[in-house]
Amino acid sequence: MTSDRKPRWKTEKDKDIFKPNKMSNAYLDMELLRFTTAGSVDDGKSTLIGRLLYDSKSIFEDQIDAVKSSSERKGLEHIDFSLLTDGLKDEREQGITIDVAYRYFATPKRKFIIADTPGHIQYTRNMVTGASTANVALILVDARNGVVEQTYRHSYIASLLQIPHLVVCINKMDLVDYDEEAFNKIKADFESFASKLDVQDVEFIPISALVGDNVVHRSEKMPWYEGGTLMYTLENVHISSDHNHIDARFPVQTVIRPHRQEYHDFRGYAGRVAGGVFKKGDEVVVLPSGFTTKVKNIILDETELESVFAPMSVTMELEDDLDISRGGMIAKPNNKPDMTQDVDIMCCWLNEKPLNPIAKYIVKHTTNDQRCMVKEILYKLDINTLNRIEDDKVINMNDIFRARIRTTKPLMIDSYRKNRITGSMILIDEGTNETVAACMVV
Amino acid sequence: MGSKYYLTHLKELESESIYVIREVFAQFQNPAILFSGGKDSILLTHLAKKAFWPAKIPFPLVHIDTGHNFPETIEFRDNLAKELGVKLIVGSVQESIDKGMVQEETGINASRNALQTTTLLSTIEEHKFDAAMGGARRDEEKARAKERFFSHRDDFGQWDPKNQRPELWNIFNGHKHMGEHFRVFPISNWTEMDVWQYILMENIELPSLYFAHEREVFERHGTLLAVSPFVTLKQTDVVMKKIVRYRTCGDMPITGAVESMASSLEQVIQEVAASRQTERGNRADDKRSETAMEDRKRQGYF
Repeated sequence: MTSDRKPRWKTEKDKDIFKPNKMSNAYLDMELLRFTTAGSVDDGKSTLIGRLLYDSKSIFEDQIDAVKSSSERKGLEHIDFSLLTDGLKDEREQGITIDVAYRYFATPKRKFIIADTPGHIQYTRNMVTGASTANVALILVDARNGVVEQTYRHSYIASLLQIPHLVVCINKMDLVDYDEEAFNKIKADFESFASKLDVQDVEFIPISALVGDNVVHRSEKMPWYEGGTLMYTLENVHISSDHNHIDARFPVQTVIRPHRQEYHDFRGYAGRVAGGVFKKGDEVVVLPSGFTTKVKNIILDETELESVFAPMSVTMELEDDLDISRGGMIAKPNNKPDMTQDVDIMCCWLNEKPLNPIAKYIVKHTTNDQRCMVKEILYKLDINTLNRIEDDKVINMNDIFRARIRTTKPLMIDSYRKNRITGSMILIDEGTNETVAACMVV
Repeated sequence: MGSKYYLTHLKELESESIYVIREVFAQFQNPAILFSGGKDSILLTHLAKKAFWPAKIPFPLVHIDTGHNFPETIEFRDNLAKELGVKLIVGSVQESIDKGMVQEETGINASRNALQTTTLLSTIEEHKFDAAMGGARRDEEKARAKERFFSHRDDFGQWDPKNQRPELWNIFNGHKHMGEHFRVFPISNWTEMDVWQYILMENIELPSLYFAHEREVFERHGTLLAVSPFVTLKQTDVVMKKIVRYRTCGDMPITGAVESMASSLEQVIQEVAASRQTERGNRADDKRSETAMEDRKRQGYF
């Protein structure tokens, strides 16, 4: 079957040669880092983001002009950087951020995507949303107030969503006379709380977003601080191991059948690698059927790829024609996900309508849609104290809880700790079609 | 670099966009690509080609033609559709005007930009598209910073910024009721610079408008506008011949040119990198009020 095929794909190497100008452009060698920001209402989060954008020269003249004139109209002496990031009409009027907004900036080393989430008590769901794709969480603490209830909440959510790196920005150092003691106290308070959480990598940086100390430029007012600036940390934190490169998982999005003369026998499985590495010739298992075969070829567009890993989108050809379609998964025979209809999950409820214990929900997991029932709510969590609440199982918006669901057909899952893609799912209300819960496999 | 599992940011963005485009194909019955002829929708079309290769792009290109487009845009559009073997559907604003569905603006600053919304919605309805993909990016404008990849629209095509579905991980919820549809923005996370660099990396062809050329222009409200049958010149308007290029491809009467000698992609990119004005800074339609974009989006604009 392979013999009649001419090498119709170019290889990666060929493609390099065909490039009109082999660019030594640094822009082509940048990594992407996604981070989320969390802080209480007046911790200066918008100011910090505005400062990062401004000091990294990511703001255009017309944007600065607009913000300058708005600041003047409000009678302010300094530029109000928060005006740069507050997007919608309502929030400009109320002066608060009400939803997740995405911001972009780049330095010569990295491109950054900020998921800017509001710090209000009722908006846990927004932080969960912003945290779900983040490599790094910035947690803001007002140096005057120290660690407060919301700091606990934000840190817990960051750990629940398994954000690999936490950066605690102790802000408004200018208002505590750049005092090392104040910084150390907050650091100690945070560390004693964080020891109860599942976080691997925490860093503390004393800053003043308003004045710009230790944001992009090193502060001369805190010689006692020997660490890097916030920007240095963001540019250098090690993120290439944030994806799972051990357990090979390839959820199939769709099957590609060209219906074209020259590709008559082509049958490709389109998807995005969710974990591990796949190479041409690898023995693989196709789920849910359990049949084994080999990887015949991996392509994207006209390019043939030797080895692929998360989060690459590719098309895979297999040696044998097997029954596999959307919702199926390709893995390795000696390393398969769990296949089960009963799933233990930690959830955040996102909807105003409380969870209905007798309703059926749609569960969306990788490329798989199933129906499910919430069989049991084990406990709700008080995220300020981390205490379990077992006598009140009514689930309202922003509640974090542990539950057991039963699905109509088996899902192919990993624990969220092991893989953020195959370990995550959402619940959808069958009546309204709204996304009502974010769930992580325990 | 260092790690063997290193993916550059452009490759990661490409992967994300292709994933989204494939989700659209898998989750909807009748999707379409909204094709404006601008670089962002050309990029989107290029990514769609990659997503399904060696199959053809499994959805049509839909162009909302205001009748005020640059001829270069129309020619480019027709060639691209032919080359890719995809169906091209043109929704005509002129037709909407003739049918009395919309009232054309009059006066010296008249624009058909706002009228596109009606034509777009009626084209979506006529062809029963349940998902319309667009090349909008979140970095373009502050109202777009909160847009989802999968943006739910009610049966009037309207966007309610306060009632958007949370979007977590890379799980996209395309469930909907009869009559409702989605706008999908696969290149949400790209910036203007990313788009240019990727176009260079992939050697993607663009309309000639993007490169320096000689053109008759006049200045209005600090913007250089092209002389065309679609604009009314005032007596005081001074027509000049200049070497210009465009940073976006909107309608002729509202899209400002910039004076530029950049005639290759590399030169354009250098110019973009040095530029201190946002690309929409030259769009008269955004300047009408501080929340112009948000107001149009609520009504169902792209």
